[in-house]
Amino acid sequence: MHEVSIMQSALEIAIERAQRMGAHSISALGLRVGELSGVVPDALEFAFEALKQDTPAQSAKLVVETVPLVLYCSACDREFTPDGYWYECPTCHNRRTEIRQGRELDVTYVELSLERH
Amino acid sequence: MDGSRIVVEIGESVLGRNAELAALHRKRFQESGLRVLNIVSSPGSGKTALLERTLTDLRDRLRIGVIVGDLQTDNDARRLQGKGAPVVQVTTGGYCHLDAGMVARAMEAMDLRPLQMLIIENVGNLVCPASYDLGETARVVLVSVTEGEDKPLKYPVIFERADAAVITKIDIAEAVGADMEALRRNIQQVAPRALLLELSSRSGQGMEAWYRYLEGLAA
Repeated sequence: MHEVSIMQSALEIAIERAQRMGAHSISALGLRVGELSGVVPDALEFAFEALKQDTPAQSAKLVVETVPLVLYCSACDREFTPDGYWYECPTCHNRRTEIRQGRELDVTYVELSLERH
Repeated sequence: MDGSRIVVEIGESVLGRNAELAALHRKRFQESGLRVLNIVSSPGSGKTALLERTLTDLRDRLRIGVIVGDLQTDNDARRLQGKGAPVVQVTTGGYCHLDAGMVARAMEAMDLRPLQMLIIENVGNLVCPASYDLGETARVVLVSVTEGEDKPLKYPVIFERADAAVITKIDIAEAVGADMEALRRNIQQVAPRALLLELSSRSGQGMEAWYRYLEGLAA
């Protein structure tokens, strides 16, 4: 369950930004979570609900965009989405493929409320 | 009240701070010539047993230091004491993984200068340690023959980043009915770049190949 530590770091990044922008509160937090990031979106959601209490993000919603795994085969010069965690190129069976996408674990955006209302 | 709301793009890695610290470690290790292993596995795969035997056998061949991570207790560190290698225990207090900051604090408690290799025994867990770069030279994942042949397929993330995959407890493979071919195939599927080793810390079978791997890293 390292999603709690991950979520804590994401919240810190968001709150720090909100404070720098002089925002009153955070209304949404966007994350990009790669299929190969080792993080489970449901567990992030659970951690978010617990951690956001008594912070500027307490009424914020969490928006998680999941990013599928995309591999690249240099021999065939093509990208492909593997079926499961099979790193082999389906065309030439090269196993030394490169991960182009799927490791992401990023805070993409925050939506901020600038006024008390 | 939409007029008072703004969307601010951030685009920052959640683990950015850990990654920055890990990059500093890596630079420091490269400059000093220290080789660093991050050993990960499930609880009970034999990380500590492998280190016990390794420290004993390599005592005169390689100058090794060890950082041991556990949720609670210093039992593992005590098992590794008295084998000629400095050992520092990190008790994570419930955290399921080591991060680069914990490694930084552990390194303050150890004189790294005489060492050729630092081995970090991560917390026994096949999920969380996968996300945290420690600045290591190589990541080694252990899987024992008792864990089921499909273990690598269930935890692909940690295998994908491994530089070496070690099958442990091969002395009891037959007794527990392990399908070694399937286990090898599954490891190669999710860890296509990893060097595959097979050994038993108890019988000593396969240990010499492991030692050659360590010495090769340190050379």
